Amino acid sequence: MLTITRDLVDRIIAHARADHPDEACGVIAGPAGSDRPTRFVAMTNAERSPTFYRFDSIEQLKVWREMDDRDEEPVVIYHSHTSTEAYPSRTDISYAMEPQAHYVLVSTREDLETDRLVVDGVEFRSYRILDGEVTEEEVRVVESYA
Amino acid sequence: MAIEVRIPTILRTYTDGAKAVEGKGGTLDELIGDLDARHPGLRDRLVEGEGLRRFVNVYLNDEDVRFLGGLSTPVADGDTVTVLPAVAGG
Repeated sequence: MLTITRDLVDRIIAHARADHPDEACGVIAGPAGSDRPTRFVAMTNAERSPTFYRFDSIEQLKVWREMDDRDEEPVVIYHSHTSTEAYPSRTDISYAMEPQAHYVLVSTREDLETDRLVVDGVEFRSYRILDGEVTEEEVRVVESYA
Repeated sequence: MAIEVRIPTILRTYTDGAKAVEGKGGTLDELIGDLDARHPGLRDRLVEGEGLRRFVNVYLNDEDVRFLGGLSTPVADGDTVTVLPAVAGG
């Protein structure tokens, strides 16, 4: 299960809407081992594409070093799909390299029909991706962490 | 003096869990060969054919080696090489 504050959900959604129709991507860092996302970092999609994303490599180095210095890890790695459902694609699965991360996918597609969480017209789902296997998980949105 | 190489979590199975290892060489290719002698299998996770794997980022100090010289990038004692898996998908 992913437990995440409403504020962080809103920031992911806002980023996805702003970059639509290109895919938006980013990370939410949190204290290592806490499983608690706290620090929102929007990343540049170096591909600037409606069908692909890749963190800008130099920006990634800077952000990963900051996390190291703060004893943080990427608790959430998010990206948007802009014309398909918020489910990991084959490439999403094959390049998933952070086994401890929650992979959040949002969808800004138009014909939205889903029984999953929808915020401001955008579908929001979360997964674990481990050794090529995808497991969807429940998303619990809270006002703040107790 | 040696070259420090920072290893991402996903590749630490090759380094007995170490976050950083040391190696030597005049180019990135030689450095990776030197590491592979002590950490067998590591090279194959970084290199494919004549070049770096597409979804592995390798940095020399603060620069992406793709924009330097790839595997032929010169390296020297005191440099830091950082390996990070690219975060990418579709």
